Amino acid sequence: MNILLATIRRDLLQHVRRPADIVNPLVFFLIVISLFPLGIGPSAGTFNEIAAGVIWVAVLLATLLSIDVMFKSDYEDGALEQMVLSKQPLILVVLGKLIAQWLVSGLLMTLMSPLFALMFFVSSDGILAIAMALLLGTPTMVLLGSIGAALTLGLKNGGVLIAILVLPLYIPVLILGTAMVDAAVGGSSYTGHMLWLGALLLVTIGLAPIATQASIRISLSQ
Amino acid sequence: MWNWFHKLGSPKTFYAISGSLLPYFCVLAGIMLVAGVVWALGFVPPDYQQGHTVRIMYVHVPSAILAQSSYMMMAAAGVVYLVWRIKLADIALQCAAPIGTGLTFLALITGAIWGKPTWGTWWVWDARLTSTLVLLFLFVGVMALRSAMSGKASAGRATAMLVLVGVMNLPIIKYSVDWWFTLHQPSSFSLTEKPSMPPEMWMPLLVMVLGFYLFFFCVWMLRIRTEILNREYRSRWVRELVQ
Repeated sequence: MNILLATIRRDLLQHVRRPADIVNPLVFFLIVISLFPLGIGPSAGTFNEIAAGVIWVAVLLATLLSIDVMFKSDYEDGALEQMVLSKQPLILVVLGKLIAQWLVSGLLMTLMSPLFALMFFVSSDGILAIAMALLLGTPTMVLLGSIGAALTLGLKNGGVLIAILVLPLYIPVLILGTAMVDAAVGGSSYTGHMLWLGALLLVTIGLAPIATQASIRISLSQ
Repeated sequence: MWNWFHKLGSPKTFYAISGSLLPYFCVLAGIMLVAGVVWALGFVPPDYQQGHTVRIMYVHVPSAILAQSSYMMMAAAGVVYLVWRIKLADIALQCAAPIGTGLTFLALITGAIWGKPTWGTWWVWDARLTSTLVLLFLFVGVMALRSAMSGKASAGRATAMLVLVGVMNLPIIKYSVDWWFTLHQPSSFSLTEKPSMPPEMWMPLLVMVLGFYLFFFCVWMLRIRTEILNREYRSRWVRELVQ
């Protein structure tokens, strides 16, 4: 358990001391969302309909950008190899890194989302639903993305590759997330969607870290 | 039994055995496909609603079945490679990916061609179509990772890992897209139930499905054999074979 907390602490410290890796995806998220109204034209009716989809797709892309660098610096300076070699279970290290990663990407985007929902004239029910959906959906995306990041360690243009590998896996989260927001905006109950997103999250928490640690071992084995 | 299994796993033995079996498979596949096509195009009665367009089914359904099944076979090869490190399984996985991609693409294209006269549109965002499209993306991802890692010793295990993650996700993706309103008819062809089609329609379909399976195995085998020669070009038996 100590190693888990220590990894979270270490990664968070690193993020604070080198904020560019964290801030840049968030800025990207902001710009992408602001581009949609400019491309579509300023009519409130269309905004309402597309808000959920736009925010979700922007979150997806921003998550991919931040996940790309998740293991990179540790891989390049050899710290990752030491983590694999150390006596501590690798899965706890991976879990710690994932939690730290989610705190600085998924959670921040969830906290920012009501602001964007307001920009898209979403009703207050919808705003709550967007935030709840992102709260449940972003950890799933970070977990799935880490598998792609671990598999593409040390490859040239790994960023595009991660997108190709991981984006298809994000489709269930995207569908459920947007459906949940649509249900909320339409005034119907969205508990079912929330339970589904939660179930997906639990399954992914159970399985993805195992796949990620195995992938790290594979990538480091050459 | 295990001894035999391991022996078959050695590239040299596999090359010899597959070489002697391949002609029979190819001839059988050819007969099945030709018979199926002639039967389906010439003798099957036209559908009472769809008319002659129903004949597209005899290419569409087999390729869609094969598309999913080739991903499953790829995943099985991936498990074998990750657990037992049998080199042949890695080769099999690598060789199945392009064929599977082609079949998935064929299923989508024939589906579009069939959709135009029956639904009035080339494409709809329906559950089955979407999950087949996602399957295509998964295949492309496997090939992309493989080609990006070419030359690395860990390429095989990384690809196998990706295929396994994809196979775990396939049912989730399938059920999540089922949430949408579904235009595609539910599958009318399964192993366990009596088909809802009359026998003169499903029998040629069965022949076509079997023909597609045999065709898949033939192409797969050919690719595996070529890849074996490619990888083992330094070994003596390959040199003797080539000279």
